[in-house]
Amino acid sequence: METQVNTLKVDRNHEGYLTDFSQWNKEVGEQIANEEKVEMTPRHWEVINWIQEQVKADKALSIRGIKKSGVLDIKEFYALFPGGPLKISTKIAGVPKPKSCI
Amino acid sequence: MTMSTTKVKKMLFILSKATIENVYAAFIMANGARMEGIEAEIFFTFFGLEAVQKKRLNNLHVATVGNPAMHIPTMVGGLPGMEAIATKMMKKEMDKLDMPPVDEFLEILSASGVKLWGCKLAVDMFHLEEKDLIEDMDGILTIGDFYNRADKDGTQMLFV
Repeated sequence: METQVNTLKVDRNHEGYLTDFSQWNKEVGEQIANEEKVEMTPRHWEVINWIQEQVKADKALSIRGIKKSGVLDIKEFYALFPGGPLKISTKIAGVPKPKSCI
Repeated sequence: MTMSTTKVKKMLFILSKATIENVYAAFIMANGARMEGIEAEIFFTFFGLEAVQKKRLNNLHVATVGNPAMHIPTMVGGLPGMEAIATKMMKKEMDKLDMPPVDEFLEILSASGVKLWGCKLAVDMFHLEEKDLIEDMDGILTIGDFYNRADKDGTQMLFV
């Protein structure tokens, strides 16, 4: 599926996740955050960058991993991305939706 | 496309058993709810209270007797040490899947906004006090109080 994120053309799957990370840039992230009603702050971007690094390093993302990350704790994660933080943050980061049940 | 399409808005779990498989089922479902943006609360009653007792929670066992899915004869399952062996094996497998131990899982649940309630009747019956339970407990409730937590459309209640 090709969706127009405002003026930006990117390929996304049926759940709205980017299918090609090379199409991601901060503007795309900003637009997706807008759809998710997340107002991005520098702290949000720090977390997004960390998520992208994890995925690049082929590390699986999980809520337990957030707890161990040393970057942020679970409470802050839920406060930054309310309504399903792992789901929403990965979508903004342009990486695949995590498959873990935990 | 953006918001979750589920009609479930809130999950209320009643955990009445202390075997690892039941405790983890409730914990994984409660955590999974939060990760989908669904509210979740757990009411610990009867043996389920073992999962939130400081002294007990890290010593929960898998049931080897009367559990056909263990694929060992009931007589063998009842031999001394069998529960410990089976539990050790299961914990090893769970660790491989990065499943947290009970104490860490409770921290994750609480930090994720899952409310943890003790059942008043069971707390009284087992002569427990609040100091016996983990600090992350949100309080002790009667079952009537817990029903009142079902305060919105799309609430589901599940007995484990």
